[in-house]
Amino acid sequence: MNIVVLVKQVPDSGSERKLDPADNTVARAAADNVINEMDEYAIEEALTIKEAQGGEVTVLTVGPDSATDAIRKALSMGADKAVHVVDDAIHGSCAVQTSAVLAAALGQMEYDLVMCGAEATDAQLSVMPALLAERLGIPQLSGARKVTIEGGTAKVERQTDGGFWALEAPLPAIISTWDTINEPRYPSFKGIMAAKKKPVETKTLADIGVDAGSVGLATATSKVLDFAGRPPKGEGVKVTDEGDGAQKFVDYLAGQKIV
Amino acid sequence: MAEVLVLAELNPAGGGVRKTTLEALTAARALGEPSAVVLGAPGTAAGVRDQLAEYGAATVYVAESADIDDYLVAPKAEVLAQLVAEKSPAAVVIPSSPEGKEIAARLAVKTGSGFLTDVTEIASDGTATQVAFAGATIVHSQVTVGTPIYTLRGNSIAAEPAPAAGAEQTVDVAVSDAAKQVRVVERVVEQKSSRPELTEASIVVSGGRGVASAENFSIIEGLADSLGAAVGASRAAVDSGFYPHSFQVGQTGKTVSPQLYVAVGISGAIQHRAGMQTSKTIVAINKDPEAPIFELADFGVVGDLNTVVPAATEQINARK
Repeated sequence: MNIVVLVKQVPDSGSERKLDPADNTVARAAADNVINEMDEYAIEEALTIKEAQGGEVTVLTVGPDSATDAIRKALSMGADKAVHVVDDAIHGSCAVQTSAVLAAALGQMEYDLVMCGAEATDAQLSVMPALLAERLGIPQLSGARKVTIEGGTAKVERQTDGGFWALEAPLPAIISTWDTINEPRYPSFKGIMAAKKKPVETKTLADIGVDAGSVGLATATSKVLDFAGRPPKGEGVKVTDEGDGAQKFVDYLAGQKIV
Repeated sequence: MAEVLVLAELNPAGGGVRKTTLEALTAARALGEPSAVVLGAPGTAAGVRDQLAEYGAATVYVAESADIDDYLVAPKAEVLAQLVAEKSPAAVVIPSSPEGKEIAARLAVKTGSGFLTDVTEIASDGTATQVAFAGATIVHSQVTVGTPIYTLRGNSIAAEPAPAAGAEQTVDVAVSDAAKQVRVVERVVEQKSSRPELTEASIVVSGGRGVASAENFSIIEGLADSLGAAVGASRAAVDSGFYPHSFQVGQTGKTVSPQLYVAVGISGAIQHRAGMQTSKTIVAINKDPEAPIFELADFGVVGDLNTVVPAATEQINARK
């Protein structure tokens, strides 16, 4: 079972994140960049499947040079090797373009399964499995809270409001996972040391056969025109409960015509 | 006037049209004349035409086939792409749900278009408003290639009636084998709640770590029920096992934008703000006067939730 896990480096969602006023793209250079938290669950799931069924786990990342940190994190958890597509022309690409780059890179790899987190915490689109499934013509089993691989079939519980949908599809397929699926392992010291020696293959757009003019900010299918910080809220009212907190709360709701 | 296709999102089993659909019809009117598209198993469209017409659908395209229901996402994207090819609409508007966003993505690849997800407003020139980074940044975006596709975040705009003809038109469906790869074997409902859907509710009451136990969440539910609200939970509360994950509000959970959001025993970490910052009115109840949630709150009570919340619930119930 050969599994490719898509990994994205993102600005830490626990710190302040910004757009770059120069070109309205995510300000990645100045940010505290980390592996997309959701991807760790996909890596864990891939490693679990590999441990049970054999094969290899390969990390695939599209991103700047600095995305190596996210790749090393994945390798230190136990992934075997990585492919890093890095090319200045990719900067500012929209999701549609990024999916074309990923699809081209996947086209040069051997896989039974492609896995990724159910969303990236920076853009929160949750659409990469759909985009890639459309491009590659493989089944999309997205939003999984449980994954079972039996023979040539993938069975997934797709998390929904108040329950799940049981999905079934033949391999190869693409699966995305939510954080309800497992508890990602922490890299061991041994894993961190081993990760430094694992192969990371760097590829340019030319290497994967993508025209540099078809990606990047200039030809993106959507663009950010402008952005602004949310206007600060007016100073709110804060009362300290001295036995009358509930009353004041209800009075406020009444004033807002809510009760 | 230019035609705008609006994908209708329906409640399960004859439950009518979801509010998000009426909002999408309303938003679409900024761009042209909306036509609703109803996709589903045979019988899906029965009884929904009137509501779609009331909210502005000049035409109601009905594409019914067991294949649409039996396979995940791909058949809907395929039928919608067929309609886009036939009708050359000015835009496509889809309610923003996980499925809605995936349909939009596939439709974008099929039609060579750009798409914008979770938009909160659409202007007549096609410019959309989105909120980014935990609601801290407001962005104006535009699709620059093909037929613009938007997914509209629920509760972002108010649905307003604008009666139109709602002429029903049947669409012949032939779902390709390529779109029939992922079979939906079963749809399982685990939690049946009489409370409103979290992302659609006009009032949400959420509990955090301060609620302290799963049992104690009954306090949150009590206040929610007195207000006819949905119940939410912070990640800390979910991770502590106080409440199920499907109710999590925040970066890795649901994003809500109700008229009133009541945060109880929630400190207000960035992770949580990401899911509720765009609420119209925010009330916080927390015993820590320094809790960051108070920076967002229009009204805050510094106090013990175990006394304040039950007393407030009682007073609200007494007013009815």
